[in-house]
Amino acid sequence: MSLTVNRAGLGARRGDGPAGWLFTLPVIVVLGLFMLVPVLMALWVSFSDWTGRGSPLAPGTGFVGFENYAAITSGGGLAERNFGIAMRNNAWYALLVVPLQTGLSLGLALLVNRAVLRGRGFFRTAFYFPSVTSSVAITVLWLFLFSTSGAVNQVLSWIGVNGPNWFNEPAGIVHVALGNPEGPAFLTGSDFLGVSWWDWLSGPSVAMSALILMAVFTTSGTFMLLFLAALQNIGPELDEAGRMDGASAWQRFWRITLPQLRPALFTVLTLGLIGCWQVFDQIYTGTQGGPGKTTVTPAYLSYEAAFTDQAWGQGAAISFVLFAVIVVFTLFQRWVLRERDASKRVEKRIAKGAKA
Amino acid sequence: MTTTAVRRRQKPAVRKGAVGQAVLYAVLVSLAVVYVFPFLVQVATSFKPDAEAAANAVSLWPQTWTFAAYDRLLTRSDFPLWFANSAIVTVAVTVGRVFFASLAGYALARLKFRGRGLVFALIVAVMAVPSVVLLIPKFLVLNQLGIYDSYAGMILPLLVDAAGVFIMKGFFESIPDSVEEQARIDGAGTFRVFWSVVLPMARPALVTIVILSFQGSWNELSHFIVATQSPELTTLTKGVASLASGQLSQGTQYPVKLAAAAIMTIPVAVLFFVFQKHIMNTSEGAVKG
Repeated sequence: MSLTVNRAGLGARRGDGPAGWLFTLPVIVVLGLFMLVPVLMALWVSFSDWTGRGSPLAPGTGFVGFENYAAITSGGGLAERNFGIAMRNNAWYALLVVPLQTGLSLGLALLVNRAVLRGRGFFRTAFYFPSVTSSVAITVLWLFLFSTSGAVNQVLSWIGVNGPNWFNEPAGIVHVALGNPEGPAFLTGSDFLGVSWWDWLSGPSVAMSALILMAVFTTSGTFMLLFLAALQNIGPELDEAGRMDGASAWQRFWRITLPQLRPALFTVLTLGLIGCWQVFDQIYTGTQGGPGKTTVTPAYLSYEAAFTDQAWGQGAAISFVLFAVIVVFTLFQRWVLRERDASKRVEKRIAKGAKA
Repeated sequence: MTTTAVRRRQKPAVRKGAVGQAVLYAVLVSLAVVYVFPFLVQVATSFKPDAEAAANAVSLWPQTWTFAAYDRLLTRSDFPLWFANSAIVTVAVTVGRVFFASLAGYALARLKFRGRGLVFALIVAVMAVPSVVLLIPKFLVLNQLGIYDSYAGMILPLLVDAAGVFIMKGFFESIPDSVEEQARIDGAGTFRVFWSVVLPMARPALVTIVILSFQGSWNELSHFIVATQSPELTTLTKGVASLASGQLSQGTQYPVKLAAAAIMTIPVAVLFFVFQKHIMNTSEGAVKG
C-alpha cells in the first residue's frame, strides 16, 4: 500500500496507461468473451423458447418471460419433479459431505501436525494425493471398488456384512435404516417441488452415498492443508498455558485450539458447501443420474435438459437457479472472511492478555 | 515446532507418551492404508485378466500377470489420440495462463492506469462464477463464434484464469520495486522491465500458476463436453468417461478402465511429486478451492 502512495506522490509514469490496458487486454477479452457474454446469452435463453436450432439471437426465437422458471418450480409437470429430485439429491449430498469432510480433514491435520511425528511427509502425501487426481479417474476407480463383488463388499464380507449393490440401489439410506416402511399419509400425501415430503426425507440413495464417500475421500486432503496452514500459524503459548493449568488434551482441543481455528473452519465449511453444489463430472462419468434419478444433481440436470432433451430454456433456467444458490453461499463466505480479520485481531488481543 | 519437540522430550511421563505415540501411529497408519489402498488395487487390477479382476477384487498381486489391458488401450483404441489431445490442450493452456496471468497481474499491481479498479473488479466478479453454470452459456458462445468442435474452442476459453491473475497480482505487490526503478532509469521500456527484470523474480508464483493450470486443464471435463463432439478431438477425461459408461466395451472390463484411469493419473502424479515441497508449503496458493 505504501508503494502506491509513494508513486501517487511522484505522479503516473508516462506510458503506464497504454501499457496497462495492453497488458490486461488478453485477460479482458477472454473473460469477457467466454464468461460475461455467455452468461448474458444464457440469461436471454432462459427467458426464451429457443429449441437449439440456429442461433438464439436469430429473429425466430421468442421471449416467454418467466415460463421456463415457472416450469421447473411449479405446475406439477415432469420438469418440476426432476428439479425437485435434483435439489433433494444435492441437499442430502451437501448435508453429509460438508460435516464429514470438515471433521475428517481437521482430524487429519491435527494428527499430521504432531511435532514428534516421524514420516509426516509420507502421511501428508498419502492424504493429499487423491485431491490431485482427476474426478474422472477417481470415479472409474470408485465404480470398481463399489461394484457388486468389488473390494468394498469383499472387505465387508470379512466381517460378515452382506454389502449392497451400491451403484444400482436407488433406496434412500434413511428409508433403508427404518426397514423400508410405508410412509405415513401426511408425508406421502403432500409434496414440495413435485417430490413428496416422505421422499424428501428418504436420505441419499445408496448409490449417492457411495459418491458422498468419494467426495470425502477426494477433498479431505485439500482441506487438511488449509487446516495445517492455520495450525502452524497459531502459537504454542496458549496451549502451553492450558497445560500448566492442568487442562486435559480434550479440554485444550475444545477450549483452546478449536476457537483459534474458527476462521479456517468457516472457510472450509463454506468452500465445501459451495463445492457440493457443483457436482457434475462424477455424475456424468459414473451414474448418468441413475439409479432411479437418485444421483441427478441440478448441474447435471441442466446439462441433460439442454443437450439431451433440447429444452434449452429450462436448462439455462436451472443453471441460473443453481447460480443463485452458489452466489448466496459465496456471499456468505465473503462475509465470514471479513469476520475473520476482526476475529484475528480479537485473538491477538486475547493471546497478548494470556501472555501478560 | 522445535520448541514443542524439546518440551515433549522434557516431559517426565515417558511411558504414557510412548503408549500415546503407539496409538497415534496405529491410527495414522490405518488411515493411510485407507487412502493408499484404492490406488494400489487400481494398479494391481490393471494387470489382471478380466475374470480374475471380477473374482478377486481385493488382492494386490495378480495370480496371472497380463499386459492385455495396456496392449488393448495403446494399440487397439483411440487412447493414444485422447492422450495427445489432452497434452496439446494442457501445454497450450498452461503456457497461455502463465503468460497472460503474469502480464495482467503485473499491470494491476504496478502500472497506474485509468480503469484499473474496474478491470480488477471484473476479475474478482468473474472468479465467483462457478464453471458448472457456464456449461450451456459456453456452448452458446462457441457456437455463435463458429469455433465449436475445434482446438480453438477447446483452448481459448481456458486460456485465462481469473484466480491466476489474482495470485500474480498479489505476488507482484509483495516484491519491492526498487529493482525495476533502476531498470527504468536505465531506459528500459515497460514490457522489457516486465519480461527481463520482474518476471524472473516471480519464479515461486509462476510455479504455483503452472501447477494449478496443468492440473486444472489436464483434469478438465465439463468444458470439453460442451466444446467438442468429434472423436478426433476427444480428450483423456472425455474418452475415459465414455469408457466408464461402457460405450466401447462389452462386459465390465475393469482392467482396461482402471489401466486407462491409471495412465491418465501419471502426469499429474509426476507434477505433484516434483513440486511436492512447493505445494505443501504454499498450501493456500495451491488449493484449488
